[in-house]
Amino acid sequence: MGNLKEFTKGLIKENPTLVGLLGMCPTLAVTTQAVNGIGMGLATTFVLLGSNIVISLLKKVIPKSVKLPCYIVIIAGFVTLISFLLHGFVPSLYDALGTFLSLITVNCIILGRAEMFACKNKVIPSALDGLGMGLGFTLSLFIMGSVREILGSGSWMGIDIPFITQPMSVFVMSAGGFFVLGVVIALVNKIAGKKPPQKIGCAGCPNAANCSGRKGGAEE
Amino acid sequence: MKSILVIMISAVFVDNFVLSKFMGICPFLGVSKKLSSSLGMGAAVIFVMTCATAITYPVYWYVLVPNNLQYLNTVAFILIIALFVQLVEIALKKVMPPLYNSLGVYLPLITTNCAVLGVTLLNIDNGYTFLQSIINAVFAGVGFSLALILFSGVRSKLETADIPATFKGIPSTLIAASIVSLSFMAFSGLIS
Repeated sequence: MGNLKEFTKGLIKENPTLVGLLGMCPTLAVTTQAVNGIGMGLATTFVLLGSNIVISLLKKVIPKSVKLPCYIVIIAGFVTLISFLLHGFVPSLYDALGTFLSLITVNCIILGRAEMFACKNKVIPSALDGLGMGLGFTLSLFIMGSVREILGSGSWMGIDIPFITQPMSVFVMSAGGFFVLGVVIALVNKIAGKKPPQKIGCAGCPNAANCSGRKGGAEE
Repeated sequence: MKSILVIMISAVFVDNFVLSKFMGICPFLGVSKKLSSSLGMGAAVIFVMTCATAITYPVYWYVLVPNNLQYLNTVAFILIIALFVQLVEIALKKVMPPLYNSLGVYLPLITTNCAVLGVTLLNIDNGYTFLQSIINAVFAGVGFSLALILFSGVRSKLETADIPATFKGIPSTLIAASIVSLSFMAFSGLIS
């Protein structure tokens, strides 16, 4: 039962993007199409699952003082692996994601989960946590991608929607990305009956412990 | 061959890292609350981007390429950036405490700033020469700072605005960012 909870919490209740406000960059950049959103989400899920498993297995071996570089190398290894796989099997997605595939390495969801969960828990809960968080990320990317594709290109999953004759192309541009994300976060908070977050949380940031910048402005 | 001027203008305005490439959104939203912190973060990012490019460029062409290890670029670059940021932080703390107090606090945030890794990878992808890479890195940093500084002004107005409760905080900030980004889209015709 406990393990199941680790899996489901990431989907909606602690959704990393819409509730935790982590991993904003890929959320905005690749969601011009719903398909790209799913692709990016699944690639991130793969890396998150792999890195959570490996980090939780190695939690006793990695010295505390150099854990951040160690985590980053493990994550970057998985990122290299997934970019090989995508390059070989789904070249169109590989081209669409571009640099953002490599930038999964610095996605704060992955480092955040490594720091907050995988380094303290056993392998199976860590794997489920990674899978749940990854799928939650995929879900929010899919929602963002769908909204932007329908409004901006008049199609969904690559299929044209007949009654939208003049799509508003601003939605597939960068300005539309910020706008849709803002509205989606507001909607999620409205539905959940919560006050929207006032600032980007430092809680999920892997550097929170040794970061004095919080005093400077990131946190009031 | 792109001329230096084109790279400069394109890095600051047309392909602005924050507003049109979506890199470094976390510090953009997190640190842009005050002008002073925007300036500090901007200066730190310019410095780290330039130095990271100066180190990763030779590493890629003189270490990875001769050994056919190009696919290791993500691993190598992020490791270099993480080590470099750590070193700079330690050095600044010892040698120049005043500078550390104004810039150093932002350094740990930069390791996981995707704009830094992004600029080093894009320089390689675009096939820039060493000089072009450095110019691109400096001006990408300038563009990042420009966005941060402009946005800190917008946010100070936003604090006092009367917004529906559901939109208060991050949602309204994102929508304001969308309008700033819209204004930067006007530059897109500058370079064809």
